[in-house]
Amino acid sequence: MVENDRWGIFFAHLVLILGVALVVFPVYIAVIASTHPSGTFVRGVMPLLPGPNALENYRTVIFEGRSRAGTPPIGGMLWNSFVMAMAITVGKLSISILSAFAIVYFRFPFRMFFFWVIFLTLMLPVEVRIVPTFQVVADLGMLNSFAGLSIPLIASATATFLFRQFFMTVPEELMEAARVDGAGPLKFFKDILLPLSITNIAALFVIMFIYGWNQYLWPLLITTDPEYYTIVMGIQRMVTGGDSEPLWHLVMATVVLAALPPILVILFMQRLFVKGLTETEK
Amino acid sequence: MATIVMDDLHKVYAGGVKAVTGISLDIADGEMIVLVGPSGCGKSTLLRMVAGLETISDGTLKIGDRVVNNLEPAERDIAMVFQNYALYPHMTVFNNLAYGLRNRKFPKAEIDRRVREAAEMLEIAQFLDRKPRNLSGGQRQRVAMGRALVREPAAFLFDEPLSNLDAKLRVQMRVEIRQLQKRLKTTSLYVTHDQLEALTMADRLVVLNGGKIEQVGTPMDVFSKPASVFVAGFIGSPAMNMIDAAYLHDKGEGNALPALPQGADLIGVRPDDLLLTAPQGPHLRLSGTVALLEPAGAESHIYVMLEGNSQPITIRVQGLPTVLEGAQVDFYAALDALHPFVRETGLRVA
Ligand SMILES: Nc1ncnc2c1ncn2[C@@H]1O[C@H](COP(=O)(O)OP(=O)(O)O)[C@@H](O)[C@H]1O
Ligand SMILES: [Mg+2]
Repeated sequence: MVENDRWGIFFAHLVLILGVALVVFPVYIAVIASTHPSGTFVRGVMPLLPGPNALENYRTVIFEGRSRAGTPPIGGMLWNSFVMAMAITVGKLSISILSAFAIVYFRFPFRMFFFWVIFLTLMLPVEVRIVPTFQVVADLGMLNSFAGLSIPLIASATATFLFRQFFMTVPEELMEAARVDGAGPLKFFKDILLPLSITNIAALFVIMFIYGWNQYLWPLLITTDPEYYTIVMGIQRMVTGGDSEPLWHLVMATVVLAALPPILVILFMQRLFVKGLTETEK
Repeated sequence: MATIVMDDLHKVYAGGVKAVTGISLDIADGEMIVLVGPSGCGKSTLLRMVAGLETISDGTLKIGDRVVNNLEPAERDIAMVFQNYALYPHMTVFNNLAYGLRNRKFPKAEIDRRVREAAEMLEIAQFLDRKPRNLSGGQRQRVAMGRALVREPAAFLFDEPLSNLDAKLRVQMRVEIRQLQKRLKTTSLYVTHDQLEALTMADRLVVLNGGKIEQVGTPMDVFSKPASVFVAGFIGSPAMNMIDAAYLHDKGEGNALPALPQGADLIGVRPDDLLLTAPQGPHLRLSGTVALLEPAGAESHIYVMLEGNSQPITIRVQGLPTVLEGAQVDFYAALDALHPFVRETGLRVA
């Protein structure tokens, strides 16, 4: 038994370590590659140890860009991605929490009909409705704008569902107590429901932010003005856009920088997340 | 401080369930009324109609001299204590108490004064900074009370507020709530399914059954003169024994039954009123076999099978019983301890 267990533990660890290595190795390669001078890559061999050019590469990428290689400095692109991801996240969260609130706490005509309509949109992600959506956005003159980048991605059935599920676990007496205490629906929402949902909001925030940050097809389609390029499309343009060979050391630096904000969001939100978990139990 | 007047209240739920059917009741200012009845009889529904949490399908409801049928709960000047307390989990005890006052735009100093006063009264002053999850069940109960108290409302509404507490705490809180209510003289409507709570707390108790009032009266009235077989069975524990009058005519050896009122064919007698020694005055004598002895501390219950009667009869005696299981016993009931009912209507005669 004991021996069996020992082998079991050993095997489990082996699998986990292999898995982690599989995930971490490409990231490691990217970080290493971003620290080498451009010449290193000509030989076609990826280095495994850090090179001397880290500071210079990152400075180049952030402040100067390589216009010959088809990219402006990426500072602007990072900002664009951030604005787009935030707009999508905040938009999705506010709309879905309000819809869930309406569906759970109000009795209005065709309530279940609207519920199913929201449900149906699950079957229509951007990629499916991209042509008509593009047409609408273009007709509204929202090409090359933050509104055009974010608004079409804001509706979210998933988040509406999760909030609805959560609201249904909140005891009804809480709402009744608030009514007796003189809180109208909006006050109840603001003072009681919202604070109780913090955990859910934090978790969804992380998921939505990463979703928004990673958007590729949609920004590629509706932005032609470099003003509005996002970082994810930027990487693609760096690889395929120039006349020369891609500047791999700079591409890798960009990749590393592009991966940072989602990581920061996760780290920051995790604290809120855990705090929410420990503080709002019923 | 207010009276509550219910005039022919009805509640029909969306699914067609008739939960309350024609309830009329006048509650005096400062009175403690207990609504008691089995689960599903419409107690909560009636209370929630008074609170404004359920709409009133028909009839009128007055609190003070206002008809409140169409007013929001907050406009009715009532405070409610919920069965599961319904405390706001993310707020401190202080904020739980203060929330209703803040919504009513009370000045800060006044809120502070009222909260501290209520906390003092309920002995939760040292918990004001805690969140509800860090309190015991009894303490949460007090916070729920406090939230009602600070409002200084026209009426308190309680929906089984003690049913989540353990037996000992329940008795303690029962006494405290009653003392508090007597001190504040606030009109109160208290819902419970526990007949003992009802008997001990009420100025008047209202026995509900199937959405209707079975009987209204002081605890003594209801206990000593139950208006129906239902009330007789529900109020008092162990429940009243019911014996067919025909059986008594046959087997009752005191032969005093001609004294029964006209039409009574079902006789109730409380377990306390059955005696193992013959009382003075006119009485009835019965005999049967002891089926089971049930010692319960200061008292004991003796279950006796009467010959030819399928239901056992319960006798309550002080201390340990002097009879043995399987033995034949004679027992007695004074004639004025008998409760005559008509089986068909379930009502008391005289
Ligand atoms: N929201 C509701 N919709 C439909 N029927 C209900 C609802 N609430 C309660 N009822 C029904 O009304 C009756 C009385 O319920 P209730 O007042 O909760 O009883 P009690 O509090 O005395 O146990 C029950 O038959 C119950 O099933
Ligand atoms: Mg109830």
